[in-house]
Amino acid sequence: MEICRQGDALQISDLDPFLAELLRQIPQSTNPDGAPAAEERLFSRPSGEKEICAEWKSYVEPELRGLFRTASETVAADLTQLNGNEKSLRNRTLRIPVEHADAWLNTLNQARLVIATKYNFSDEELNDHDRSPIGSRRDLSLFQVNFYGFLQEFILRELSGQAGCEPD
Amino acid sequence: MSAVSAVHLEKASASTVEAPTRETETQGEEELDLPWQVVVHNDPVNLMTYVTMVFQRVFGYPREKAERHMLEVHHKGRSILWSGVRERAEFYVQQLHGHLLLATLEKVV
Repeated sequence: MEICRQGDALQISDLDPFLAELLRQIPQSTNPDGAPAAEERLFSRPSGEKEICAEWKSYVEPELRGLFRTASETVAADLTQLNGNEKSLRNRTLRIPVEHADAWLNTLNQARLVIATKYNFSDEELNDHDRSPIGSRRDLSLFQVNFYGFLQEFILRELSGQAGCEPD
Repeated sequence: MSAVSAVHLEKASASTVEAPTRETETQGEEELDLPWQVVVHNDPVNLMTYVTMVFQRVFGYPREKAERHMLEVHHKGRSILWSGVRERAEFYVQQLHGHLLLATLEKVV
């Protein structure tokens, strides 16, 4: 996999089917359904005061849900570039318009938080970047969290203008 | 916060870590009796670089100040990012939640 900026887009090329599938799973990974702790993490309490929390739930939380949903839909639309069967995903390139970078950062963060909360990863696990994704569903999910974190780091570097691509 | 990029950042910033800082907006006299503070709490998942970027965007802090607060969150578990009137503090907490940071609004005691 190669990742760089090309003009007004962030480009992920030479994708193998495994990483392409992990990318395609980003939007669905943001869904906290069935995991109350993940829901609580996405919509955390703003205060220890009941009155503030009640107002927040009524007025702010719906806005946050809309924000997260819009970001996830933007990412899902970009990921339609990866539609197809496993064979057709070989060496596929994903182009992310720079103006979608914030939506990607937000959605990747949603996905990382939901997965990490569902599996209750420890600090040690989250800092173990050498663990193989092959072994268990838990190992795969940890790899997913770290892979999405790697993508976030790349996008952040690009937004701050710290990296660039070799010219074609 | 995740330490994906922590090592380099901590090495680079070690000499600049100072005592906890509290940002206070200049306010009118009538507002000074409404003390609320915006507190950001540590989270093992959010990347340190991401948290720094959010502090820069939400509060308009320069990178060095944003990193100082980020490291305070990382090492001490929390950092007071701003204090002032409740309405503004609520706005900041909403912005921080929009970026999925763990942030709360607290009365200054």
